[in-house]
Amino acid sequence: MLSLILAMLVPLILVFVTAYGVYRKVDVYNAFLKGAAGGLEVLVSILPSLIGLLTAVYMLRASGALEYLAMTLAPFLDVLGVPSEVAPLMLFRPISGSGALGVGVELMETYGVDSYIGRCVAVMLGSTETTFYTIAVYFGAAGIYKTRYAIPAALCADLAGFVAGAFAVRLFF
Amino acid sequence: MTMAYIWTAMMLISVIFAGITGNYETLTSASVEGAESAVTLCISMAGMLCLWMGVMEIMKESGLVDRISSMLYPVLRLLYPDFAKDKEVMGNISANVSANLLGLGNAATPLGLEAARKMSKKSPGVASNSLCMLVVCNTASIQLIPSTIAGVRMAQGCGNPFDILPAVWLASLISVSVGICAAKCFAKLWGD
Repeated sequence: MLSLILAMLVPLILVFVTAYGVYRKVDVYNAFLKGAAGGLEVLVSILPSLIGLLTAVYMLRASGALEYLAMTLAPFLDVLGVPSEVAPLMLFRPISGSGALGVGVELMETYGVDSYIGRCVAVMLGSTETTFYTIAVYFGAAGIYKTRYAIPAALCADLAGFVAGAFAVRLFF
Repeated sequence: MTMAYIWTAMMLISVIFAGITGNYETLTSASVEGAESAVTLCISMAGMLCLWMGVMEIMKESGLVDRISSMLYPVLRLLYPDFAKDKEVMGNISANVSANLLGLGNAATPLGLEAARKMSKKSPGVASNSLCMLVVCNTASIQLIPSTIAGVRMAQGCGNPFDILPAVWLASLISVSVGICAAKCFAKLWGD
């Protein structure tokens, strides 16, 4: 049943959202056009950073540095049940959103989008955030200089996201 | 400036490593392949991303975000006991969470910042327990439909880019719960 819903997810959401909008007398088509145009803006804003970062990540892969990093962190990650290949993603995720996306894209290409590692990367990207960036924005806007335990607590959540991501992929696939 | 250091370090490390391992030729071809694959990726995920951004805009304009907000209100009150009676702050927080759930990051951030600014008036310069909770909740992703990642998966030839959703939901739920528990525990252990 769940797999059927997931397979039909896109058309079901489209029908539900547009029908609900029309019922609430919203010009759904104009709203859609406005949002879709915003999608282009997102693409234009991430493309330059993706070009820069994918170049650097491809170079890291070709030089053998990524494999070395994974090998070094493997004993620690094995304990947590996280595949060591995603080590570069864990390093980039809290610091840079586009950097993590670049690393993730490269990992999915290298190991295959439907492989265990490819799925882990997708789930981990979907269940974590750019922690340091978010903290900087929030505390900057609120004028906070004593951040107390916010950073360690947020990093606990990140680590949990990685461990739980690998676990969830093993559970569902 | 942080990204400038990271980016430079990435390329510097690559060149040094290639020197050690002797992978000069692959390094040269990799440096041009990366740029090209960024462009192909963006073009092939454009359709998916724009479609979802359009659907999310309909959700926002038809008041779906507001409905989710009012459903979340009773739960969120428990997380922010200091502000449970402050209708304005709690309203901002619920709208922030529901915008995050629907993946409306651009709408969620200003709402969250507004709540953070109002919270900080009670304790200027110092992050109160409630403010720490707000920040921790915003650094843990709770997006129901991660459209960018689904777009990347589709661009790479995945037949069903949404089959990861149950795993994403479970991992997000665990991650947010651990964050909330950590914030509550640290609040007890940490001094001012």
